[in-house]
Amino acid sequence: MTAFGYIPRDSVLHRLTGASKLIMTVALSIAAMITFDTRFLVFVIIISLVMFGLSKIRFSELKVLLALITLFLIINNVAIYLFAPEQGTLIYNTRNELFHIAGRYSVTAEQLFYQLNVSLKYFAIVPVALIFFLTTEPGEFASSLNALKVHYKIAFAVSLSLRYIPDVQRAYREISQAQQARGVDISRKASLRRRLAGILAILFPLVFSSIDKIEQISNAMELRSFGRMKKRTWYAARSFSKRDFVFVGISVLFVLLSVLTLVVNGGRFYNPF
Amino acid sequence: MKFTVKHIVATAIGAALFFLLARFLSFPLFANTYLTLQYAVLGFFAAVFGPIAGLLIGLIGHALTDLAWGYGIWWSWVIASTIVGLLSGFIVKAGSVESGEFGKKGIIRFVIGSLIIHGVSWGLVAPVLDILIYAEPADKVFVQGIIAGAGNFVLTAIVGTLLILGYTKTRVKSGSLE
Repeated sequence: MTAFGYIPRDSVLHRLTGASKLIMTVALSIAAMITFDTRFLVFVIIISLVMFGLSKIRFSELKVLLALITLFLIINNVAIYLFAPEQGTLIYNTRNELFHIAGRYSVTAEQLFYQLNVSLKYFAIVPVALIFFLTTEPGEFASSLNALKVHYKIAFAVSLSLRYIPDVQRAYREISQAQQARGVDISRKASLRRRLAGILAILFPLVFSSIDKIEQISNAMELRSFGRMKKRTWYAARSFSKRDFVFVGISVLFVLLSVLTLVVNGGRFYNPF
Repeated sequence: MKFTVKHIVATAIGAALFFLLARFLSFPLFANTYLTLQYAVLGFFAAVFGPIAGLLIGLIGHALTDLAWGYGIWWSWVIASTIVGLLSGFIVKAGSVESGEFGKKGIIRFVIGSLIIHGVSWGLVAPVLDILIYAEPADKVFVQGIIAGAGNFVLTAIVGTLLILGYTKTRVKSGSLE
């Protein structure tokens, strides 16, 4: 299990409200979705890496995650190339062949540039999403969603879910070990059929014990009159400071810049060819 | 449709289960496409707790999974999961699972409904959004979508139905004195 969740530190980004970090994540997602302008995407990545540096979270703490990201990008790029080696020439309308491999596969500058852009676009969202996730205290998570006018019941569901991931995981491990003690095998050594049957033997108790847990938790909450009122205040809520307004301002600027690239490039793609 | 305390908790636990299954019980099928059990559980939760809980489980569960897997947030597929959760909540008559009335007709409805929902979400919504957002090649995203959709449907139809049947057995039929 990789480190997943809040990492407490004392940094500028930790001191921001969860709401403004969430706004930044959503804004950058939108900005990176809109455009394929390489210059803009590189700019976004540099800024978000700077922010990541400010958060005082070390890359070494995210080794597994970074390995997964790299693996994902490699597989995706190989798949794109195998399916559409000429996607880039279609988009940029020119064809500068660098060298030929075999059959319909040759490497063109346009294809490399297009795949670079797809990877950048994907990567542009990662640091900020991680910042939001790793620097926001779980208790503040819900209040920050609520601050963005998400109904408090939904906001509460999100933070409750984060709260119960470790519990469900523990239940999974216990059931899995209990079933293994009774001869259920889900390792690679077993045949596929036995493995599937074994997985079901774990899944059913896991799901039904979770259903029981739902009953218990919701009874406990109802006893405390949760959900009676239309609104709710949050213990972990913080008010916006100057820093937050600046941060939100930057988020809005990113979206505007992204729209501006559409006008400048006359479309979503920046064409250097 | 009411969103009661029970729905809130069901959403939270459902999303946690969705996350866990995606993390630990998934088999690679194709490029960045996995065969996983979370859609069977999503179908089951949506059938029991309704469309709003289903929608939120799909959205929260998938967004958290993506964050932990290093996908950042791959919005097109997150949206497809959200749609699966929402629509799955409408297949089975509201409350029919809770009151233990889920017979042959219910099974047939659940299976056919899941087929349509997974077909539309993974065969159409996810790939089209991939093309719109990431300008990915059409062949690639449709192959990914169809493979994922087929796997998700088969597992939902089999495991999801078994889960619902198992659950109804623990429920007392309405009007029953047993």
